[in-house]
Amino acid sequence: MNASTAADTAAAGASGRPGRTRLRDWIGAVGAYLWSGWGPASGILVFAAIWELTAQAVGPLILPTPGEALATLGRLLHDATVREDILITVRRALTGYGLALALGSVAGLLAGLSLTASMLARPIVTLLVGTPPIAWLILALLWFGAGDGTPVFTVFVAAFPIIFVGAMQGARTLDGELKAMARVFRLPPTMTFTDVYLPHVVSYLFPAWITALGTAWKVVVMAELLATTDGIGAALAVTRSHLDTAGSIAWIVALVGSLLAVEYLFLEPVKRRVESWREVASSAA
Amino acid sequence: MARGGIIGSLIVSGLAHRFGYQRVLEEIDMQVAAGEAVALVGPSGCGKTTLLNLAAGLLDPWAGCVTCSFGRPAMMFQQPRLLPWRRTRDNIALGLKAAGVARAERHAIAGGLAQRMGLSVDDLDKYPGALSGGMKSRVALARALAVRPDVLFLDEAFSALDIGLKRELYALLAAERAATGCAVLMITHDLMEAMYLADRVLVMSGSPGRIVAEHRIDLPPPARDESWVFSRTAEFVRWPDIRSAFGLPGGGG
Repeated sequence: MNASTAADTAAAGASGRPGRTRLRDWIGAVGAYLWSGWGPASGILVFAAIWELTAQAVGPLILPTPGEALATLGRLLHDATVREDILITVRRALTGYGLALALGSVAGLLAGLSLTASMLARPIVTLLVGTPPIAWLILALLWFGAGDGTPVFTVFVAAFPIIFVGAMQGARTLDGELKAMARVFRLPPTMTFTDVYLPHVVSYLFPAWITALGTAWKVVVMAELLATTDGIGAALAVTRSHLDTAGSIAWIVALVGSLLAVEYLFLEPVKRRVESWREVASSAA
Repeated sequence: MARGGIIGSLIVSGLAHRFGYQRVLEEIDMQVAAGEAVALVGPSGCGKTTLLNLAAGLLDPWAGCVTCSFGRPAMMFQQPRLLPWRRTRDNIALGLKAAGVARAERHAIAGGLAQRMGLSVDDLDKYPGALSGGMKSRVALARALAVRPDVLFLDEAFSALDIGLKRELYALLAAERAATGCAVLMITHDLMEAMYLADRVLVMSGSPGRIVAEHRIDLPPPARDESWVFSRTAEFVRWPDIRSAFGLPGGGG
């Protein structure tokens, strides 16, 4: 029943163009997206159940139960300075990530379009990927001191090669047959880019963007733990020194929660929208 | 045949091509006049596709020259080569979009062509992944015809299709040529296809590829029925030039 109405809405959205239909489609799409969250939600519940059982077995000093951790997080969130710490961390991670996303995508695409450039870039990328973030952090501390610059730079340097490689692969794997087709039909360069290159490249870029986002979140906390006096990482350092396991876990939950929020409220919907052609094609086949 | 006032020609003279040290084509001289349909037939690997790509300007010749004074070329490839991320309507209208035709107008043209090609209104909203192989070929032909080409290059465009669909697309193409006077340069290894569509058949032989024979067909395409094509093809296959080009026994080569 549900499936058939969803299909009807989709069909109406494809052929009809009036504004009212479009609004209804949009509401339908949001509903369908939220409904699709049941799968991941059950995964999280299974994880919570395992956590609960383990916590009951080992005792609260080693591992508090999910309920205790959430209660601690709830208490923390009432505190304005805590909310500010979370926002500081998110801001630092997103700044470094945003820079990596913009520069990595553009540089990767340009490198992928030229065989020479991709050959030159390969060892540099291996070097960047291979250097541990902690080493970059040491250098960043020397260069930027204990301000925002250190976590932002470290996040940028950790996320950049991932995005660069994705973009370069996307540009390298462009279909020569479609390129020839574009030439025959005399597509102007801008249209060749938007209609032929970009949709292909995006399918390589999105996975790289999502991987890099996870990396950004890990690295920003590490950088804060060692280099700054505010943010989630600094707060974790404090809970560790107080042997406050419940507090540590509450902070970790806050961190992972903010990552999930950015990924599933922003990147994933954009990805679904941009790649809708793939879904339609595979469901029909 | 109506020429529709098209002037233009494709002249290939003294053309030779190499990939590395391998000689692919030698001493190719040929031309396609306005409104004329020329078929290049030959065995696999004789350099037909290379010659077509040179003629279409997708490759630069190693020696000799290709002079094309047609203004609106279009091409249909062996695979449909549709953009998987564009709906049928936008795939058909691709060349029009490139030419700067406004959205509403190019969609109207695409819709009309799709109907003539036997596509339904629903198909216009589908992505290529949801279309069958035959439907994709129709879309590819519609995309080529949408730009109202004065020369159409066909690269074994119908070779993967079933016999019924082939005939249908032959008829669509013949009708379009009768209406617009578009010239055609096609390559094929299917002699019957050449007999159905071409005004002139050039026979190529391989390694290196060269044109070894020419055959003119005077009956206009709409007048060619199945039995005529069968008997003409059977007659054609008995020629010594054809037999030696395709490596058939009794070719004397």
